[in-house]
Amino acid sequence: MRKVFDFHGGIHPPENKYQSVRTPIADAGIPPQLIIPLSQHIGAPAVPVVAAGDTVLKGQLIAEPKGFVSVPLHAPTSGTIVAIEERQIAHPSGYQAPCIVIASDFNDEWIPHSGTRDYRNLDKAQLIERIRAAGIAGMGGAGFPTAAKLSVREGVKIDTLVINGTECEPYITADDILMRERATQIVAGTLILQQLIEPSATLIGVEDNKPEGLAALRSAAEGTAVEIVEFPTKYPSGGEKQLIEILTGKQVPSGGLPADVGVICQNVATAVAVYDAVVLGRPLISRITTVTGEAVAQPQNFEVLLGTPMSYLLALAGYQPQKNRRLIMGGPMMGFTLPSPDVPIVKTTNCLLAPTEIELPTPTPAQACIRCGMCAQACPASLLPQQMFWFAQGKEFEKLENHNLFDCIECGACSWVCPSNIPLVQYYRASKAEILQLRRDNEKSEQARIRFEARQERLAAADAEKEAKRAARKKAAEERALQAAADGGEEDPIQAAIERAKAKKAAQVAGAADENELEKLEKAVVTTRKRLETASGKLEQAKTEGSDLVAALQTGVDKTRAKLNAAENALHDYQLANSDAPMENAAPTDAAQAAIERAMAARSAEAALSPSEKARAQLEKLQVRLEKSRAKLAESRDSGAEEKIIEALESTVERLSEKIAAAEQELQATEGA
Amino acid sequence: MALMRITSPHAHGPMSTSKVMLNVLLATIPGIVVLTHFFGFGTIVNILWGSVVALACEALALKLRRRPLGFYLKDYSALVTATLLCVALPPYSPWWLIAVGIASAILLAKHLYGGLGYNPFNPAMVGYVVLLISFPIQMTAWAPPRGVGELPGLMQALQACFTPAAFDGATMATPLDLLKQNNSLLVKDLWRQSPQFGRWAGIGWEWANLAFLAGGAWLLYRRIFTWHAPLAMLAGLALMAALFNDGGSSASGGSPLFHLLSGATMFGAFFIVTDPVTSAVSVRGRLIYGAMIGILVYIIRVRGNYPDAVAFAVLIMNFAAPFIDYYTQPRTYGHQRGEGEK
Repeated sequence: MRKVFDFHGGIHPPENKYQSVRTPIADAGIPPQLIIPLSQHIGAPAVPVVAAGDTVLKGQLIAEPKGFVSVPLHAPTSGTIVAIEERQIAHPSGYQAPCIVIASDFNDEWIPHSGTRDYRNLDKAQLIERIRAAGIAGMGGAGFPTAAKLSVREGVKIDTLVINGTECEPYITADDILMRERATQIVAGTLILQQLIEPSATLIGVEDNKPEGLAALRSAAEGTAVEIVEFPTKYPSGGEKQLIEILTGKQVPSGGLPADVGVICQNVATAVAVYDAVVLGRPLISRITTVTGEAVAQPQNFEVLLGTPMSYLLALAGYQPQKNRRLIMGGPMMGFTLPSPDVPIVKTTNCLLAPTEIELPTPTPAQACIRCGMCAQACPASLLPQQMFWFAQGKEFEKLENHNLFDCIECGACSWVCPSNIPLVQYYRASKAEILQLRRDNEKSEQARIRFEARQERLAAADAEKEAKRAARKKAAEERALQAAADGGEEDPIQAAIERAKAKKAAQVAGAADENELEKLEKAVVTTRKRLETASGKLEQAKTEGSDLVAALQTGVDKTRAKLNAAENALHDYQLANSDAPMENAAPTDAAQAAIERAMAARSAEAALSPSEKARAQLEKLQVRLEKSRAKLAESRDSGAEEKIIEALESTVERLSEKIAAAEQELQATEGA
Repeated sequence: MALMRITSPHAHGPMSTSKVMLNVLLATIPGIVVLTHFFGFGTIVNILWGSVVALACEALALKLRRRPLGFYLKDYSALVTATLLCVALPPYSPWWLIAVGIASAILLAKHLYGGLGYNPFNPAMVGYVVLLISFPIQMTAWAPPRGVGELPGLMQALQACFTPAAFDGATMATPLDLLKQNNSLLVKDLWRQSPQFGRWAGIGWEWANLAFLAGGAWLLYRRIFTWHAPLAMLAGLALMAALFNDGGSSASGGSPLFHLLSGATMFGAFFIVTDPVTSAVSVRGRLIYGAMIGILVYIIRVRGNYPDAVAFAVLIMNFAAPFIDYYTQPRTYGHQRGEGEK
């Protein structure tokens, strides 16, 4: 028997698991419509590779990963893409996010796919590639992309592979039933992971409240190098850090990764997904979800296609909405409430909990903290929750950080034991968010400070340079004067200058001065006009951005305009003076003049506009720009332009969208006023 | 019907603050029964009158602070304060003494600081010390135990409380007093001469202490508090008594057993030291907090001017609790020891 360790704290809430394991895993079937969010978990959202109207086969790639920490998406069944649009998704904030919507054709027709039983012949890179291509993300909770988690940095030695079959959260039995029914696949997937990581020990950790699952795993693991470890039931032993401490006695350093203590942790369902991907060649398109709580008539586990609306699954289990006021994704300790039953099942949906009011009553008002310390006894991270509660109330963020707020795993054990019913975890979550926001703000202002200082330095350096040049010139002049004086003063400098000028004039006359002069003047007009245009453009941009450079740019524009006028006058004078000059020369001048007049007219028109009209005009302009940028972005995406360019364009689009939002607000404000 | 949107955890354990307080109240019953058996109905009359005053004071304070009465009165904390203070008062105390003590505890020590959970000092002990300093004669007048003197009946107990001028009860020095005042007799002789001494300590006192120990053990079993602070206090006190126990000379401070079963030792250890609001919170902190109280109790009992010392020792350590907490933060998961102590 392997020695198991204990971790600090923990609680024993009622398990309520028996309700949903009385029947085997049921097939949820094919719903008429599937909604697949592009972002289902930690990492960058996937990018669709299909368009509305396309027909897809089951298992076909419908969205590609973007970046390293991102996974692809596959069609869970065959059908037609109905739309790619914003839909409400399963997220604590209840916000909407882009989703691919598929109408099923109920044929469930697979795309040709194949795996390999001989995965031992594959090298590590090939294995990781298969896992990545299958779209596997951790199926325990947070859903970290599995391929990224398995890509261990060079030089890091992993000596223990931990497969997590703990499932310590009450009510949830998805992993339990998986271990009972699919222990062989779990062990097979574990062996693939073992080949990939080459640990010296491979452990599947299971709480002792799952004797059937333990027995099934033990018989499946017979004769393999996989060790099944049983340990006492206690919440939250399934937390990655707690499980690692139970099995190895080591603690993951604060802010570090399990790999820092030589451990990689994967969920049992993830192991099955790896088996499906490598041996069967199937991408991750379904999962096992527990539907339980007293508001469903038949609590049980379903094998359900990803993207299935939860309402469809709830109906299968006999959901009684009138009994249910709170629908939870996940368990009662760490799950979050859903905005509506119509959101889709995603890769991390291990449980749908529909409790009655008697089962999980609405929290009563919090009483005063009596510092009983039950929370500190329950805390698996050995924090002092009651102290942190005081600091959180007083917004003493520094003290909160000194009390290691960020080591809180939000397991909820403190809130569960609190006799005064204080929602402690909520205080910590809010404080964490506030501290992170403050950090971001600080970073921003720090960068602004650095930029400002750099600018000041640059200006000072330029001034110093100017000063130095002037001093040098002055010195040179003095030296020349001295030199002249030394030369005897025979040569008058003024006389010399006059002579130089005379010589120049003579040279001009001698050359084909006329045409050159005309060309020069024309060129001057054209370049000055161009400069005016750019300057005006810049000014406009600065105005929309509300930059503090507006005044400077304004004077620049005025100066350039004056220069242009001067240049045009010069050209005009020259043309008058040389009466034989062709008349067509007047045309460009007139065009330039017209342009200037147009600009002036536009400006005066703008000045005449009411603020709301101005804002609307501004908004329209911005919208046009956004359209253009979007088109450009699409074009460069299609043409497979460089990542960098696409990114730059994306950021432009984003910025413009932000500006439009701001402009819309402004418009509303001005109209409101 | 719209679905409710609240954050996790959605489940809650069975414990509530009211239940904690009720458990504490229930756990005082054995001690109160033993006190009543040996000293008559005085303690029970104290508690009944004290509870009435406490609820009135609590209600007044809540009203002045514009807090909902029902919600806060339901937490039973005022009743706990009243019971603890009234157990500590001499039986047959006059009504005004009890009223002054309770008012000091509830109004001064508790609500002036912001009510339950915000008081830095144990309210019952503040009330006790206010009375001890203000009315030393009434506060040191303990009734003789059963078998040594005549026990007043229930009617006489009520009379003692509400018409104190008409009550003429006998009083006697407590064993702790006797030992402190003694400077000529060997402990053995003192024991033989004074009728108040029993098998291990004072008659009545030893059984009352054992009864409070039983109540405390039950609370421990119910996990209302942890063993750290009370056992550390008892250990600190016993250790000091053992160190300075000279075998029974006239200057002896008393044996460890005598100290453990005398005065308010067990009552203090399980009902006062364990008050969560005013004690240190970390495990190490509670060990230090309890042990220091035990040591202080011995020093004040033997060297101080007051008959018992639990109240002073507890108040002194109440001062120190935040300081102890600051230096005894537990090592957080994934951290090295000591790095949190900045």
